[in-house]
Amino acid sequence: MVRPRILILRAPGTNCDSETAHAFELAGGVTELMHVNRVLEKAARLRDFQVLCIPGGFSYGDDIAAGRIFGSQIQHHLADTLKEFREAGKLIIGICNGFQVLLKTNLLAATDGAGPKATLAANDSGHFEARWVRLVSQPEKCVFLSGVEELELPVAHGEGKFVTRDDSVFARMSGAGQFVLRYTAAVGAHPESAIRNSQSEITPSVPYPANPNGTRGDVAGICDETGRVFGLMPHPERFVDWTQHPRWTREPARPHGDGLRIFENAMRYFN
Amino acid sequence: MLWEINIRPAAGQPDRVAERLATAARDFGLANDLRVVSARGYLVEGDTLSQTMVETLAAELLVDPVVERANVRQVASIAVSTSGISDGATCVTVLLKPGVMDPVAQSALAASSDLNIHPAAIATARKYWLTGASDAEIKALGEKLLANDAIEQVYYGPLELERLELGRPYRFDARRTPIRELDDAGLMRLSREGQLYLQMAEMQTIQKHFRDLDREPTDVELETIAQTWSEHCSHKTLAGRISYADENGERSFENMLKETIFAATTTIRQRLGAEDWCVSVFEDNAGIVRFDDEFNVAFKVETHNHPSALEPYGGANTGMGGVIRDIMGTGMGAKPICSTDVFCFALPDTPAEELPPGTLHPRRVMHGVVEGVRDYGNRMGIPTVNGAVYFDSRYLGNPLVYCGNVGLIPRDKSFKQVQPGDLIVAVGGRTGRDGIHGATFSSAELTSQSEQLSGGAVQIGNAIEEKKVLDVLLVARDRGLFNAVTDCGAGGFSSAVGEMGEKIGAEVHLHQAPLKYEGLSYTEIWISEAQERMVLAVPEKNWKAIEELCRSEGVESTVIGRFVPSGRLHLYYREHCVADLDMQFLHKGRPPVVRKATYAARQSRPLNLPDKENYTEDLLRILASPNVASKEWIVRQYDHEVQGGSVIKPFVGVANDGPSDAAVLRPVLGSRRGIVIGCGMNPRFGDFDPYHMAASAIDEAVRNCVAVGANPARIAILDNFCWGDCERAETLGGLVRAALACHDVSIALGTPFISGKDSLNNEFSYQTSDGKRQTIAIPPSLLISAIGQIDDVARCVTMDFKQAGNVIYIVGETRNELGGSHFALVNNLTGGTVPTVDPQRARRTFAAVHQAIASGLVRACHDLSEGGLAAGLAEMAFAGGLGARVAAERMPRAADLNHSAAILFSESNTRFICEVEPASVKRFEACFEDPTVCQSIGSVQSNTTLEIGINDRPAIAADIAELKRAWKTLLHA
Repeated sequence: MVRPRILILRAPGTNCDSETAHAFELAGGVTELMHVNRVLEKAARLRDFQVLCIPGGFSYGDDIAAGRIFGSQIQHHLADTLKEFREAGKLIIGICNGFQVLLKTNLLAATDGAGPKATLAANDSGHFEARWVRLVSQPEKCVFLSGVEELELPVAHGEGKFVTRDDSVFARMSGAGQFVLRYTAAVGAHPESAIRNSQSEITPSVPYPANPNGTRGDVAGICDETGRVFGLMPHPERFVDWTQHPRWTREPARPHGDGLRIFENAMRYFN
Repeated sequence: MLWEINIRPAAGQPDRVAERLATAARDFGLANDLRVVSARGYLVEGDTLSQTMVETLAAELLVDPVVERANVRQVASIAVSTSGISDGATCVTVLLKPGVMDPVAQSALAASSDLNIHPAAIATARKYWLTGASDAEIKALGEKLLANDAIEQVYYGPLELERLELGRPYRFDARRTPIRELDDAGLMRLSREGQLYLQMAEMQTIQKHFRDLDREPTDVELETIAQTWSEHCSHKTLAGRISYADENGERSFENMLKETIFAATTTIRQRLGAEDWCVSVFEDNAGIVRFDDEFNVAFKVETHNHPSALEPYGGANTGMGGVIRDIMGTGMGAKPICSTDVFCFALPDTPAEELPPGTLHPRRVMHGVVEGVRDYGNRMGIPTVNGAVYFDSRYLGNPLVYCGNVGLIPRDKSFKQVQPGDLIVAVGGRTGRDGIHGATFSSAELTSQSEQLSGGAVQIGNAIEEKKVLDVLLVARDRGLFNAVTDCGAGGFSSAVGEMGEKIGAEVHLHQAPLKYEGLSYTEIWISEAQERMVLAVPEKNWKAIEELCRSEGVESTVIGRFVPSGRLHLYYREHCVADLDMQFLHKGRPPVVRKATYAARQSRPLNLPDKENYTEDLLRILASPNVASKEWIVRQYDHEVQGGSVIKPFVGVANDGPSDAAVLRPVLGSRRGIVIGCGMNPRFGDFDPYHMAASAIDEAVRNCVAVGANPARIAILDNFCWGDCERAETLGGLVRAALACHDVSIALGTPFISGKDSLNNEFSYQTSDGKRQTIAIPPSLLISAIGQIDDVARCVTMDFKQAGNVIYIVGETRNELGGSHFALVNNLTGGTVPTVDPQRARRTFAAVHQAIASGLVRACHDLSEGGLAAGLAEMAFAGGLGARVAAERMPRAADLNHSAAILFSESNTRFICEVEPASVKRFEACFEDPTVCQSIGSVQSNTTLEIGINDRPAIAADIAELKRAWKTLLHA
């Protein structure tokens, strides 16, 4: 078995790096935490890795907007390197703040003549919220979600409302199967009654707090056209052990947390 | 040239800032029909900037084009502020005052260079266009809701500014403060007007010292002494001489804290002998205890009350930032792993017209404090896992904000030692004019004028700067690059360098300290409490490595001096020596504070209980009362799971919304060993007897931890005393009495205190409209924070009922103790007996409950506190989504306890409800040596009704949905 090498790229204010590395290691990877300054000094450092992960946190304090400054650095200095990385069949994942960063680069939803296609705006609640959500996935499109149909994960963000520039962008991305992860009803309270939502819905179809931020179409995570670049608001690295589940003291134990499968899928892709 | 960029939500996007402001204006009764348009703005200055460049800056960096639109104009060009946005509206611009930290502007400035645009300066602004309010109303809005005068300034109408004011060059001006010739009145005037806040004997000692030296002190020498001798830094009252008298006679203390709280810890450690698991107590920034073979854990709780009274957001924000730095500065630097927060506010429904002058509305204080704690903790990536909120009208004008932090530290990095010759290295944020006089100010009483006098004492934090410092600090620690570290907290460089150099001596070159802007005097540099700074003692050979490491992550590090073995503190500004103080005088020269303390026991009065058949309504009112009601709207704003170690979260149960007793986390991923965090506090009991208040708070903190599975033999606790003016003998008397309880209960439980802090002078004074001076003193407020441990987190239990048919047990005796209870509160009853603690019995009960939990015999466990048995059962039932039927008279109870209200609502200590599977009943009961302490009272039901009967008559019957609804009423207070 090959042990893929994962670069966990951190910036000032990144704060989910250690537990994300732990999750990749549990899944069988070899991780390295690296400050973005090292990559800016020498972009070729990226070539040593099979997976690039931008973990959660508040990169540069989320000053101006979430992920803005980190995203802008990548866009201005590393765009070509990352394009090459993706085209070499490698994997990129951005979690929470990492998703916000990726969306401000051209890796997830490329900017066209009319400007950026989508953004992650302030939650409808107007503030940061931490809670558990239930998700349904489209396992076919995205490498990271292979074989995953449903999962429970925590969210913790203030700016996670996915908004597209207009309805046609939404329809195109939806039609291309890019909305691979969606919030679904019954935030774990009654797992048996989880409701599947339809792919084409634009307005939120599940009410707050099951959809924690009022995001359009309940979109929690998206992938690019290749299925190898994945951004998601929930935190899979926070549910790799059963004792991390909010109701582990009352529900039948699972051998691992649901989030581990996302990391295992990334490792399996290289084997 | 100055440019203005206003960024507004795009068409179809909500303007939430405006919505919130209009709602708040209505809620505060300031304007009923206010219509608001809002924008976030940037002011960009630069002589080489063109309109196109500023537009590029806006489009490429500052605006999110999917949901926002920008508008770029030169400031003061025609009708900038209203045209095209909201005709006929009054434009209000809010800017930070010069010198106030503006992290977003700093980031924007740094990121501009990626676009090859180089402004000279950037500032952030907030803009509002208001209609539907008179000029007077708009003025009131500006003062009460839009801006805080301590840090912000408001411009009404179009903005007319030519430049962003930063600093002006400083011209050296040596200042001496004549003191040798002053009479006593003059000394006290100097103490007050110079914001030294020292007492007569102290001023006289300083005067004599300089008479002996035959010279006048420099301003910075006087400031240094005042900081070092401040209550905040030296705890001179509680660590001083006190003659105390109560109903048991008189007792004199040479050092009150040492003879009560520290003494208890010493006794426990001696008793433990080779098994002693305390590592460092009451010496470093935080207390340290053993965790596992590799790590120790450190715990510290601080208060930031006075800054939070003036500027709730900034005060709480830097309160959290400060206690995190305490942990970073413990030993050779600990890694922060979780935070706690406890707040005390006046009631959120206080009518606005009842507010004394100079106070902010309690709701505004509450929201500001919550947001301040949220933004620091979340940004640092430290989970906020445990806390509490208490309401009492006496916290008006003087709210309490306790912030705690726990750190993980390798065992061999738990101690530090500065070496002579080490360089003094400042790391992190730059020094500005923020937070001048924080240490002395926090030791003074708040008045309605405090805002004007002490505006500079308010700081604004920048969490990301601190995170950057943390990232490099831990690497430098593990590479062994420094000999000692401490944080810059109250007193800034003055107290950090002063403490580190106490035994050696130090020489500091103040002009070398990096500044946020020009114009700071040497004194301002020395005493500034600018945030996010740490001081390292670095051997010269390691300096290059430290500098290189810091630079690699964008952290500034600067040599500002050296620990020179002179026994003196020498301060220089360029070639001028501005201070030359004897370390011995500075640290040991303060005359002892001698205080009298008296405690007169209150006459006990009976509590007249109403005779009722049914208490369902009382239970609903208790659940909905502010202290008890769900704080979910606060807690969910905190990230409580970052770092990935969360085991027991603040909310548990079938719908993730039942109140957990304590938090559990695994600080070392991959290990099963857990940390347990709980707290206890009962300000209402202090009105009866501070002794029993303190004993109850300890019992509560410990039982919270035990309830989730902590081993009671490995729980350590912290004390935080917030009290009124302790120059009053009776106020100090109450504190001493509480400390005596801490001593007694700590020893009896074998639960050592490892760290503590006090905040005295928590009083607010103002003049009433008829010119009378009024003072509101807070109730005696002792917070006990507990840190416990559990061998295997998989053994933890939560408080939600799990399974119909399981047996419900009450553990611990219920007594007729409704004094200070929530039943009394919601019924406006006074008098009664306050809950007491039988610590020997408590120790046995805690051990037995732990044995039962550790043996896997308990499915759910909840401690009984506010609201007693009835509230405890209700919480377990609605958290579990299951009903329960109990016969409450079967509970273990005192012989004289017969009244239904007392059975249901008494708040007696050391009690738990346990849910046990029928198959485990025998083994569960066998855990208790004394079978009378544990009785089954009923069982969990598959329906959704809570039925509590007493002697076969229904006392309470309610659907759990109704109970939960009552408990959640305060949501979004």
